[in-house]
Amino acid sequence: MIIKQISIFMENTTGRLADVTDLLARAGINLRAISIADTTDFGILRMVADQPEEAVRLLRNAGFTARETDVIGVEVPDHPGELARIMALFRAEGVSIEYLYASLEHKEDKAVIVLKVDDIKAGLAMLEKHGFSTIPSF
Amino acid sequence: MPIWNKEAECATTETLQKLQLERLQKTVERVYARVPFYRKKLDAAGVTPDSITCLKDIAKLPFTTKGDLRETYPYGLLACEQNELVEIHTSSGTTGTPVVAAYTENDLAMWGEVMARTLSMAGCEKGDTVQNGYGYGMFTGGLGIHHGARCLGANILPISSGNTRRQLQMMRDFGPTLLTCTPSYSLFLAEAAREEGMDFRELPLKAGCFGAEPWSENMRVEIESKLDIKAYDIYGLTELIGPGVASECECQNGKHINEDYFYPEIINPETGEVLADGEKGELVITSLQREGSPVIRFRTRDITYMMREPCACGRTTVRIHRLLGRTDDLMIIRGVNCFPSQIENVLMRIEGTQPHYQIVIDRGATHLDEIEIRVEVEDAIFSDVTSTLERLRKRIHDELKSELGISAHIKLVEPRSIQRSEGKAQRIIDKRSL
Repeated sequence: MIIKQISIFMENTTGRLADVTDLLARAGINLRAISIADTTDFGILRMVADQPEEAVRLLRNAGFTARETDVIGVEVPDHPGELARIMALFRAEGVSIEYLYASLEHKEDKAVIVLKVDDIKAGLAMLEKHGFSTIPSF
Repeated sequence: MPIWNKEAECATTETLQKLQLERLQKTVERVYARVPFYRKKLDAAGVTPDSITCLKDIAKLPFTTKGDLRETYPYGLLACEQNELVEIHTSSGTTGTPVVAAYTENDLAMWGEVMARTLSMAGCEKGDTVQNGYGYGMFTGGLGIHHGARCLGANILPISSGNTRRQLQMMRDFGPTLLTCTPSYSLFLAEAAREEGMDFRELPLKAGCFGAEPWSENMRVEIESKLDIKAYDIYGLTELIGPGVASECECQNGKHINEDYFYPEIINPETGEVLADGEKGELVITSLQREGSPVIRFRTRDITYMMREPCACGRTTVRIHRLLGRTDDLMIIRGVNCFPSQIENVLMRIEGTQPHYQIVIDRGATHLDEIEIRVEVEDAIFSDVTSTLERLRKRIHDELKSELGISAHIKLVEPRSIQRSEGKAQRIIDKRSL
């Protein structure tokens, strides 16, 4: 299943992250996964929340450049070698991963990894074929 | 300090004006007879060479603009036979078609003469060694200094621009007494020398002639203290000859115009009306003895005023005050001329970067001009993948570099972070104190 990530453009300035989290906190939006990609001048904040559409609307109203991005949330058994197995699959099938990060989600003995791939349909089909489940939402 | 050509530089007003009128008449005759472009212009204005009976009559002549010089590229304004030419220079052409300066043997001799005066003003004489850090090539800076030093009989280190380490090496090994380069590069050299543990106070360097870009009194103080020299401002334009149009003497209070070769006027840029000495306006210059590329009433776009009061150095030639600005929005970045509209044109080709951008020019720790272009990241160019945004930055950088020859830092900023006044973004912030 495809899930919606919120992507936000941010300049590297002190307190900017606080502005975003404060905005979302006041709207009662719950974050399930978060990661920042940073360069010298700017960063891209990526997160998965329980109300992505509402979060993007709020952020845009507050003047941010933000959008929803399609990503995959894959459940990975919580023991050594599992992530390696998934990565090997991607390599074998030639689907490239643009970035990934771990979520706060933890179901029984499974962790949820958020993946952005260049061909999301191919990525999903491949994961399902090999018995990995992807989550419909957080 | 010695004066290179006392007869010319200290002439009485009467002698000078008589000479200027003779030369002006000859110049008008020459262009009327030899350059169809000027003949047409003069005819349209109802003027013939006979119309010039006194210096004031110069106001009857039409102006020449940079645009005129471009339209006639390459040989349209040539006022001599091609086989009389001995050297050609051009402007860099960053703001459009290059402007051509064509020199006959006499032109080159005159250039040497005015540059010898310039170098003398900075205390240079036979026996001195000049480290010439202006670019050699089509640019007039390098060879202009070179011809002047030859005429004066000084020793020349023709190192050209850049290659900082080697510049410092030359300074240590050959002990030049005069440095010629852009003012910002002199500070860059000072910084590099400091890092190498080199002390300028131990060098025989005593003065520098700096030009080709605008600079301030504050910068003079900085250069003089960091390089332990006297720093002199020099002025020139490819359109007239290159460096050597006007230069500072030891009084460092305005630049003496070589009036026997260049006739200056200050005009109201809006109406074209000639203004009195001391009044601020656009500097207009007529060459009085060029053979290859004479120019009539060239509009420099530089704003200044004329200082006619006697100068303590003994020269009687009029001085122009340090430049006060431009009548257009030309920016000079590391000696490269460019207009904001050219940057805009490049951005326009890259989808989504318009309309919110800002150009910030500053002199950083290196003392060299640094240009930053801020582009607001709107939906159209935003990506959740950093490499996509980095590619965009690189594309803007590379296109500006290939188009304008300037290397800008491209900074992606959040939407609405560029200050707007009445809804319009403030396009240029020049933080250099020029």
